Amino acid sequence: MSTPSARPIPEVSPALAPYFAAARAGRLVVQRCTGCGALRFPPRELCSVCLATEAAWQEVSGRGEIFSYYVMHQIYHPGFAAEVPYAVVVVKLEEGPKLTSNVVDCPLDEIAIGMPVEVVFEELSPEVTLPKFRRRAR
Amino acid sequence: MFDGDGVLSYEDTMRKCAAAIAGLGLTAQGKVYDRTHVGFAVEAVRLALEDAGLARTDLDGLLLNPGVAWGQATMGAFMLQQALGLRNLRLAATVNLGGATAAAMVQQAALAIDAGLCTTVACVFSDRPLQPPDQRRSRAGEPTGSAAAYAAARSPATGNLDAAYGQFGTNALYALVARRYMHVYGTTQDDLGAVAVAQRRWANMNPAAQFRDVPLTLADYHASRWVVEPFHVLDCCLVSNGGAAVIVTSADRARGLRKPPVYIWGMGQGHPGGDPAENLASGAPLAMRPAFATAGVETRDVQLCELYDCYTFTVLVTLEDYGFCPRGEAGAFVAEGHTAPAGRLPVNTGGGQLSSFYMWGMTPLVEAVLQARGEAGERQVPRRDVVLVSGNGGLLSTHSTLVLSPLAS
Ligand SMILES: [Zn+2]
Repeated sequence: MSTPSARPIPEVSPALAPYFAAARAGRLVVQRCTGCGALRFPPRELCSVCLATEAAWQEVSGRGEIFSYYVMHQIYHPGFAAEVPYAVVVVKLEEGPKLTSNVVDCPLDEIAIGMPVEVVFEELSPEVTLPKFRRRAR
Repeated sequence: MFDGDGVLSYEDTMRKCAAAIAGLGLTAQGKVYDRTHVGFAVEAVRLALEDAGLARTDLDGLLLNPGVAWGQATMGAFMLQQALGLRNLRLAATVNLGGATAAAMVQQAALAIDAGLCTTVACVFSDRPLQPPDQRRSRAGEPTGSAAAYAAARSPATGNLDAAYGQFGTNALYALVARRYMHVYGTTQDDLGAVAVAQRRWANMNPAAQFRDVPLTLADYHASRWVVEPFHVLDCCLVSNGGAAVIVTSADRARGLRKPPVYIWGMGQGHPGGDPAENLASGAPLAMRPAFATAGVETRDVQLCELYDCYTFTVLVTLEDYGFCPRGEAGAFVAEGHTAPAGRLPVNTGGGQLSSFYMWGMTPLVEAVLQARGEAGERQVPRRDVVLVSGNGGLLSTHSTLVLSPLAS
């Protein structure tokens, strides 16, 4: 089990296994509906656009912009006790899907909606590499 | 994207239900521990029956909105029926649209009564999320709410992916929508604060309000601790133990009872779907159309608003959704005092969930009934012929509207 101060490491569920496998290899992927081509993340068992159940994983650019964000001050998990206040962002990828994530190497007061970002990968454990984002030139 | 054009013409299909709210029951609110969630529900129904001058045997319908303490009690309405000793009900349901449930239950009751399925329905909410101080879990090394939030962050599809980024709790999800709204429409932190201040002024006149004795200035608001920016703690609703109930019956029957009827002029629901941070609106634009059409009113006719206020932000969106202000201008409207005591459009006159008590959709409904009857004491507003009640659940996901009046039509 993790120590009290460790941040939660996501579970590599069957649904997310391809996502983490790609992240380990330095690629960002999202689900693509085989029926209508709609892209989605997080993975779901069916497409809410066309209701098809078949889907594949597709690599995306990793580029996008900050769609919204908040600055968390409350400690919900001991792993974040030393982190508050910290920002959680929603990145809207160029391809459309939105990802919940963090921005690395950016002061809190510089995080803004519309800021262009690109994916970076942070290794949490041998199994789990977490996609995060950093500022990029427009 | 929210007009229902091509789907239905509400104006053609809707008709008024001749139903009214005849009874109101509100238990003690806040840090009260002498009952369970079931006990609070029973007490609220007992008080509502007494208020209406009805007996338990007069009830033939029971609708329950279960708060979090009910857990996954999928047969909550039946549990409550047994606790109340009610026999031979002809309508029962456990209803959950989050904060939109209370007004939706009143609608369901009115429809059932209008259709002749039943005559007299109790609509009930209760919850008991707060534990007595001596029964709280030790906080040593265990930050507030961590276990629940951590569990909630797990879903079959994503495991605890969100938690890995530090995303926990409902406040954060609302903050994302609010921040986006502020960016797009120019709503400011002062605008959010204006709602907290205006509602506190009302609460200071409400004996049932948890913040009755605590005045609030905009400076106090800005000095209050952050929970999750853009929300200070004073942007977020209270947490309350307690119960609330209303009795709905036919307009004819209500006229013969103890209290003046509060007539249901109009009602509607709207559940927009999709991503609330893209929609940047509640379901009000959908829900208001049938409600206003059947009531024969427009936004400018509304004299009093009791709006769902899980956050200060929610009040601003809702005011704009109903057309009281253009997008982005509700904050200035509130800051100018129009929604505060003596303002031209009183809003959340009991203090709302921000400053009085948190009974989900029952909070605005309870205050609407008191005001419509003229029973609101020191905070009674003079103009109360057209009262708007809104309910909002999820992340601006579900919405219900009632137009209420002390006048039959
Ligand atoms: Zn599809």
